[in-house]
Amino acid sequence: MYRYDEFDHAFVNERVAEFSDQVARRLSGELTEDQFKPLRLMNGVYLQLHAYMLRIAIPYGTLSSRQMRRLAHIARTYDRDYGHFTTRQNLQFNWIRLADMPAILKELAEVEMHAIQTSGNCIRNVTADHFAGAAADEVGDPRPYAEILRQWSSIHPEFTYLPRKFKLAVTGAPNDRAAIQVHDIGLELKRNAKGEIGFAVFVGGGQGRTPMVAKRIRDFLPEADLLTYCEAILRVYNLDGRRDNKYKARIKILVHEMGEDEMRQAVEREFAAIGRTALTLPAEEIARIQSYFAPPVLATLPAHSDVLDKAKAADPELARFLRRNLHAHRTPGYGILTVSLKPTGLPPGDATSAQMDVIADIAERYSADEIRVSHEQNLVLPWVCLDDIPAVYAALKRAGLATPNAGLVTDIIACPGLDYCALANARSIPVAQRISERFAALDRQEEIGELKLKISGCINACGHHHVGHIGILGVDRKGEEFYQITLGGSGDETTSIGEIVGRGFSSDEVVDAVETVVETYLKIRTSPAEKFLDAYRRVGEAPFREALYADA
Amino acid sequence: MSANPQQARKAKVFRPVVATSNDLATGAVVFRHGDGTWSIDIGRAEIAETPEDGDRLLARANADQDACLIVEPALIEIIREGGFVRPVSLRELIRATGPTVPLPPEAYAHL
Repeated sequence: MYRYDEFDHAFVNERVAEFSDQVARRLSGELTEDQFKPLRLMNGVYLQLHAYMLRIAIPYGTLSSRQMRRLAHIARTYDRDYGHFTTRQNLQFNWIRLADMPAILKELAEVEMHAIQTSGNCIRNVTADHFAGAAADEVGDPRPYAEILRQWSSIHPEFTYLPRKFKLAVTGAPNDRAAIQVHDIGLELKRNAKGEIGFAVFVGGGQGRTPMVAKRIRDFLPEADLLTYCEAILRVYNLDGRRDNKYKARIKILVHEMGEDEMRQAVEREFAAIGRTALTLPAEEIARIQSYFAPPVLATLPAHSDVLDKAKAADPELARFLRRNLHAHRTPGYGILTVSLKPTGLPPGDATSAQMDVIADIAERYSADEIRVSHEQNLVLPWVCLDDIPAVYAALKRAGLATPNAGLVTDIIACPGLDYCALANARSIPVAQRISERFAALDRQEEIGELKLKISGCINACGHHHVGHIGILGVDRKGEEFYQITLGGSGDETTSIGEIVGRGFSSDEVVDAVETVVETYLKIRTSPAEKFLDAYRRVGEAPFREALYADA
Repeated sequence: MSANPQQARKAKVFRPVVATSNDLATGAVVFRHGDGTWSIDIGRAEIAETPEDGDRLLARANADQDACLIVEPALIEIIREGGFVRPVSLRELIRATGPTVPLPPEAYAHL
């Protein structure tokens, strides 16, 4: 894992001291709320529905056990004993006292963490494939490049006051698990015909009230030019992006208004104008950063584990867990495990401090001291020896963390919604809970197969509903919660925006509506091998609409 | 966002309002009482029955913000029900009473 250098330590500690002073001045009355608000937002402090919320950056979703334990400690000491993992691979604490912020940030700095640039119109936490470095299908580990981007974008003086927030995501595999095409900049690590490493560059994707799939403006960007090209994109955006209307200020609107070709030309012109500067990445610097992400020393093992096979044969529940939550590893004898934060009937993405401690202990013992946070609001153990999986499973199960539902209908992404969020129009979590309870039967979930269901409590789409195979958007209709259903969205390498299928449903109706969609899929699929998304793309929305509105 | 007095006044029938905000130091949702204090108890909140009283209540709440006691004061419509006071809107009801879902420490208490 990346370790802070002297600059990182000094920078974060200076910021803690600066913000501590600002908090003290706010509490003493020296600063008004109008003066303080932009300062607290720059440090990840929001005022939400019930209290202050602190959003902590987890760069490219990678955590050490020590960092996870510190998050558990903060949850226990300063919050209500739990935290919420978000769709940006961050962690949010929902019940923080302003007066405690300085102490919390100091504790975070001690484990090389902070909350800088988790809010505001700046470049936000860079996200990456949560299987990075371990996935069998990977061209290369995206995290060193995400780290280089993090260093470049941290308090970048030119990009601290952009027209609007700016999000980057990096994948190192052709199977996109980082949803790069719905980011402001999406980067896909790839090799060209000569075998050189570089990136396909996507620009102008995003969700929110105007969902757009990003445009591929460069098919292959040499890795040395990563920062120069990103700087060029940001400069075009910073200069030409709209500042008169916050709803039209994201780069996706600029790309849409300019058109893909003109955007590409503008970026290429700026790229050429910048030329070869200090931003050009020397190979030795890339290698230096990569050395922080060197895979752990793993044993040479056969691809199959007799220990695991035997345990699987003896325990059908373990076998079920493995079918969904174990993923192919690049190293024979090892596996990647998804730790589901989606138990039946409970809020997606939440973990208690005790659970965080358990995961830290497991990771320390069995996963090279490393944990990942996925944008799907789960945790991942990336380096688990297959022989160890029975023990890991038993420990996860004791902590309520062994739900075997990764990628299934109950593995729901949901934003905090009206239960927590000041922007929300409707609740998300209770809908997720009820859907999760309706589909609780594990055999049925497996029969349905891969199905990504995503719920947002407002048009800002933090729950990624636009790219849900089934998306649910909560709206306020004359004081009542209503839910609009979209179908056919996807956030993978075949990214598509879901289509609204018809009129919305009341809170009482929405779970039945989801079940109708699922039952319709089961009837129309050509075989169990045809996934929901494939079936939808084959037949379109007509049969679903017919089933949903048959009585209308 | 919470109703402001202008919004409340535009309503065909003015509903009684109370002043709410977040406590500056803790962020807790609080309501202004007749004695000038703020607490989490909406049942003790001062109720303004007319638009003019609402304006005066909001002015006092704004003064409390200026005095760095609370943040983002606003008036919200309430109804009286069986001796209880509750906000009209779901959003404000959730603010006053907390999330409608069990918090994880309770949900996992059986483990």
